[in-house]
Parts: sequence; structure tokens; C-alpha cells
Amino acid sequence: MTDDMTRARTPSQTVGPFFDFCLTPDRTHGRVFPDSTPRIRLIVRVIDGAGDPVPDAVVEIWQVGDVPGRDTGFGRLGKGEDGSCEFDTVRPCDPAEGAAHINVCLFARGLLRHLHTRLYFADDPRLAQDPVLALVPDARRSTVIAAPSDFRPATSDLRPYTFDIHLQGPRETVFFDV
Amino acid sequence: MPESLDVFEDALLNYPAYVSTQLRAPTQPLVILPERLSDITTPVYGWWRPDERDNDLTRQHAGEPQGQRIIVAGRLLDDTDRPIPGALIEVWQANAAGRYDHRVDDHPAPLDPNFTGAGRTVTDADGRYEFTTIRPGAYPWRNHENAWRPAHIHFSVFGRSFRNRLVTQMYFPGDPMMSYDPILQSIPGERARQRLISRYDLSLTKPDWALGYAFDIVVRGSNATPFETSHDG
Repeated sequence: MTDDMTRARTPSQTVGPFFDFCLTPDRTHGRVFPDSTPRIRLIVRVIDGAGDPVPDAVVEIWQVGDVPGRDTGFGRLGKGEDGSCEFDTVRPCDPAEGAAHINVCLFARGLLRHLHTRLYFADDPRLAQDPVLALVPDARRSTVIAAPSDFRPATSDLRPYTFDIHLQGPRETVFFDV
Repeated sequence: MPESLDVFEDALLNYPAYVSTQLRAPTQPLVILPERLSDITTPVYGWWRPDERDNDLTRQHAGEPQGQRIIVAGRLLDDTDRPIPGALIEVWQANAAGRYDHRVDDHPAPLDPNFTGAGRTVTDADGRYEFTTIRPGAYPWRNHENAWRPAHIHFSVFGRSFRNRLVTQMYFPGDPMMSYDPILQSIPGERARQRLISRYDLSLTKPDWALGYAFDIVVRGSNATPFETSHDG
């Protein structure tokens, strides 16, 4: 017997505005690998088609660790009023093919299905060899590349990267059908 | 006539009748990724493993919540009909009066000091899950004039991998508000919408205690995970 589809899938629905008491009750899941020392901080913002921050979204990140073979690292945070949230993690190790990246799932009121995107690192020399970036039109590649942030608080030794997710507009982020 | 499974009718992203989509739904086409480039297995969520009472939303406070006690149960399967064991399912909902225990909900209906409305569980070896809760009330929202959401329970589901992730809502059979609801109607096919409507199930119903509703959840299959091979027999 082969793996033919025999069951119809359950459709998606929006996460709505009232999820945080269940999905993101605290900041615990901002620490992606709870058992190891974080090295980088990802400052993720979500912006709507009017240019306004989206305060009621859930961001999940799924990533490999800094050495191969570790369990998947998982982070999940709701957005603050400014539409941003911060994950403390490690830079993923290079995959066999292409450039290091972090998978990002975005849920929000107004999104009837969740969105998938990727976060790449601007200072990664392997970007040009990445097979997924090669599928993205040149002009839109920058939307999935996190920039090292100039601002690093004196109290933190984490290297910060900023990643803005634009849902619409001239800088609309590339979203993937996985 | 058997339903075609070739085309999966998921909710549309761009559905202007649901007003919040208008500034939030992406306008550019999604970039399609081949499975070999896109998969990552589900995290091991040991640090948030539910305890036994997390799947009984009626026992999270000193007293019993108001409302009709119900049991919601079913199986988590992939689209090749294989159960998914050990998967985290989270649920959240309004109380019997249609009010969420949430700072943003200003619907003038009473909060229930004995009901928070959040639960979680992990599927068993056969992919089964079960929650005990109360039937949520309908509630008004500002999408359009005199707009009411049908009674629903939100579900968040982790499958085997990133590609299985699902967030959806479960509805109740016979609810007249479903046909006016742009969130449910954003799914183009009637048969696909029916998959979000639970089924009253006498065998799940416990005598003198609670009504039972069956709701199976089916997520995308994935041949690339270490849990599966391309042939199973």
C-alpha cells in the first residue's frame, strides 16, 4: 500500500484576538534552547498594510541548533503593543545545502491561515548558494534576511538581529507554501 | 460521489468580508517550497508537557463553571490515515455566556470565576485526545453590523513536523450563525467547511454527566520524517 491520500485535511481558521491566555501566557518560550547559552537575539516586528505594528500576532520559530543532530529548537511569543518580540537563541548550523536559516510561523487575527517565512542572516557568506533564496525573485530576497542591529544594550552580550515582517506593501515579506 | 482529495480547499487568505484580512493578508503569491527543502521535525516539548488536569477545563478552579458540560474528543490523523501519537493539542474558548477571560474582550457578558477556558493535552498511541469543558456561547464582534461568531473552540495542533502545524476552530452542529460567519465562510467548499463542525456522538456522551462531540483532525502527511517510510506494507 502506498501513501496515497485517503483523508481530507482539516482547514485552517484564524487564531483570532484572544489566544494569549492559552498560547503565550508568558515569555518562557522566548528562550529557544532552554538548556544552552543563547548567543543571538532576534528582534521580530510585524507590520500591517497601513504601516502600523500588529500587536495581536503569535510568532513561532523552529530551528536547528548550532551543532547538527540536536532536537528542534522552538520559540513562541505574542507581540507587544509595538508589534515586536525578542527571541534569544543560537545561530543555526549550516545545512548540507544552502545557508543557515530559521523557520518562522506567523499567526494573527486577520490571517485565516498561518504564514510561513524564513529568517536568513545578512552576514552569511552562503546566501548566494541557498536553493530556497534562489526561488525568490531578486528584488524580494532582502525581505527574508535579518540585519545585524547597530543597537546592542550594554547589559546584553547577545548579538542582535532585526527582522521585520511586512504583511503587505512595497516591502511585503516573502511567504512560503511549505 | 466520493470527494476529490486532489484539491485541498483551505481557508482563503484574502477574504475581504472578514475585514481584518484587508490590511493583513499578503497580496503576493506564496513561493512554493519542495518538501525536501522545507521540513523540520516537531520540537520535543518536554518543558510544557501537560499534567492530567489540563484537559479538563471544568476543574481548573475551586468551583464548577456555569454552562452545559461537554466532552470533545477525536483523533489526530494525517491525510494517509495514520494516527499521530504524542502530539500537543491546545484549546481555548469563551465561557458559556460568550465572554473570553481576556483583557481585550469587552463584550458585556459575565466572566465566570470558575472558568478560564484554556486547556492542553497530548494524543495517545492511537492519536486520540479528549477534553472536558463547557459549551461556549456565541459572542458579538465588530466585523459588520450585528455580527456574531458562532459558538466555537479554538484548536492549536502540532503534528510530526513543521508542515503539519495547524490552528483552526471547531464548531457545533446546527448552529444558525455559521452561515453568516465570514471566518467559517472563508473556506470555499461546503464539504471542507463541514470538516470543522463537530458531530454529536451518543457514545461519547456520559449518562447523567456530559454531552459528547466528536471532532477528528486531519493534517498533511509527510513522507520525509524519520517516523515514516514511503511504503508501509
